[in-house]
Amino acid sequence: MIAEKSHTAQYIIEKISPSAGKVAFMNDTVLSKALLFLEKNGMPSNKYEDYKYCNVDAILKKEFKNIEQKFNQQVSVDAFKIADTYTLVMLNGHFSSTLSDTISEKGLHLSALSNMPELAKTKLGSIANVESDAFIAMNTAFSADGLYIKIDKNTVLSKPIFILHITAALSECFVNSRVLIDLEEGASASIYEEQILIGESKAFTNYLSEKFIGRNAKLNTCLIQSQSQLGYSVNTSQVALQADAHYDNTTITLNGQLVRNNHNVELLGENAQAHLNGLFTANGTSLIDNHTLMDHRVPHCESNELYKGIINHKGIGVFNGKIFVRKDAQKTNAYQSSKNILLSDDATVNAKPQLEIYANDVKCSHGTSTGKIDENAMFYLNARGIGKESAKKMLLSSFAQEVILKIENPELQEKIDQAFTNQI
Amino acid sequence: MITIKNLHASVDGKEILKGINLDIKAGEIHAIMGPNGSGKSTLSSVLAGKDDYEVTEGEVQFNGKNLLDMDAEDRAREGLFLAFQYPVEIPGVSNINFLKTAVNEIREYHGLTPMEGKDFLAMVKEKQKLVELDGKLTNRSVNEGFSGGEKKRNEIFQMAMLNPKLAILDETDSGLDIDALKIVANGVNTLKTKDNAFVVITHYQRLLDYIVPDFVHILYKGKIVKSGGKELALELEAKGYDEVKAKFENQ
Ligand SMILES: Nc1ncnc2c1ncn2[C@@H]1O[C@H](COP(=O)(O)OP(=O)(O)O)[C@@H](O)[C@H]1O
Ligand SMILES: [Mg+2]
Repeated sequence: MIAEKSHTAQYIIEKISPSAGKVAFMNDTVLSKALLFLEKNGMPSNKYEDYKYCNVDAILKKEFKNIEQKFNQQVSVDAFKIADTYTLVMLNGHFSSTLSDTISEKGLHLSALSNMPELAKTKLGSIANVESDAFIAMNTAFSADGLYIKIDKNTVLSKPIFILHITAALSECFVNSRVLIDLEEGASASIYEEQILIGESKAFTNYLSEKFIGRNAKLNTCLIQSQSQLGYSVNTSQVALQADAHYDNTTITLNGQLVRNNHNVELLGENAQAHLNGLFTANGTSLIDNHTLMDHRVPHCESNELYKGIINHKGIGVFNGKIFVRKDAQKTNAYQSSKNILLSDDATVNAKPQLEIYANDVKCSHGTSTGKIDENAMFYLNARGIGKESAKKMLLSSFAQEVILKIENPELQEKIDQAFTNQI
Repeated sequence: MITIKNLHASVDGKEILKGINLDIKAGEIHAIMGPNGSGKSTLSSVLAGKDDYEVTEGEVQFNGKNLLDMDAEDRAREGLFLAFQYPVEIPGVSNINFLKTAVNEIREYHGLTPMEGKDFLAMVKEKQKLVELDGKLTNRSVNEGFSGGEKKRNEIFQMAMLNPKLAILDETDSGLDIDALKIVANGVNTLKTKDNAFVVITHYQRLLDYIVPDFVHILYKGKIVKSGGKELALELEAKGYDEVKAKFENQ
């Protein structure tokens, strides 16, 4: 029974552990917990409520039968850089100091996870519970040597950081990559990330980030997912906000055969604010699944979520937004909205708000809508001589603007706007 | 310019146009009048190429080409323009970008290169003036948050930008105050040449004081039941549609 359940997990572990080596930065108790969890639960299948529409176990079984972990280490990153940002490169899960910019900025500390200060190690894994999800467990047990970013008290970064995650696969690969971001009280930073795939092989990425946002600190983030149709990924973002802290994230999923994002935000101090925005396009047979959790633990916090999807061909879009308002979290404001456009008869979307509210004095609202391209608008554009294809692009791009405009950095906004227009 | 022969069209199996015949030559202005629900907007939509309507019989020649065979965008590129009775709001698409795309796709169809940015902007300025449209509106989303009158003037502005051969104005005057009406009429009169033609759909004679038609047609229950000169509009204004209704009720 257990052997059956853990088959996929065992296969992956067998293939990845020789090259993963011992994860030196993880403590032994956590490690054994993680392994035990994997052994007991295996990789999530659609039998789990949280993975109902996202049977990762089946996908792994079908698509990753020949994991060989052969990577290309020779890559060039110049083409992917964004002007006026510090570029940090994660290559095949490992922080590459040679490919990254050399940075010296007061109050900013960067290192590979294996070199992180002893004191910081207690943070690692502290908000990513290995017993809550198999991908967290897998990542904790087998993570490559990822990236540690720390920003000191009251430091305002002079430039945004751009983390470029490159998987350069020469065979079927399974990459566990990990980042820890720690903003001390009053610190402020923008951190953008992009996930890309180089090469002709399928690759599975299990990316985990932990973000600690101290009192009155502000973290503005954006994740661009453009791994191509050879890319499969599960991305877990664990975020903890202290009082008066701000967290912004915009996740843009341009493509990917499977993209599952687990965005879990804990509002731990009063007056904290979290804003999650998402935009995705699912073409071909892509499955794009955004799962969010807003955990309001204390009073007077605010959360906002806006997720938009455009689904074409046989694509599948999933949005599951859980808002958890604990008993003590009075005066919570929590809003959520998910809007989708289906471009074909075979495209599907499953959008589900999930509100669990245990406090009585709160303002919460949610809405989902799924529709087609507005035919009247389409006709209006056609009647002015604008052809079907460009009219469609105009309307889809207008649908997307609401999310794209949330991106503060103009360079990044432009880059995403371009990439998005090419995608639709 | 356009010849419509025995045009029948239905929506959801219900016949709305029941044999329209109309011949419009370059340099002419035709007015189409008729009570609500007669099929005036249906005729406009069928001509502009809205595919909700099924043409069950008849033919339409537009400058020698079979209009009904063309997609809506190609009809526009061939020089047909419809000023909508209810212009559509398109949030997130800027007016200017919309117009630029329209102008350039029409040019491309005719084998022309895209217009230079500054020439385009100069044209925008000039045509805006013609319809006294606030410059700020062109930077907003298409028709979004426009007042009724602004939407109608925006239609005429677009018409001026696209310079069509045949323009159909579907109740562009409805809901306009007299000043706005004059602006719209002035737009039409300025754009009118011996090489283009206009179809003005209206309920009211007052527009026809400013845009003087060569022919007036009365559309009722999907058919043109009466045609005449501009005096027909005056007659209608005086007597109302009751006589027409009574006479053609049973047809
Ligand atoms: N898309 C449609 N679906 C169903 N009925 C329609 C549709 N468009 C028009 N009709 C019907 O056709 C008739 C004519 O409408 P319309 O062309 O709008 O008239 P007019 O513009 O002369 O007031 C009306 O009875 C109207 O209800
Ligand atoms: Mg009408």
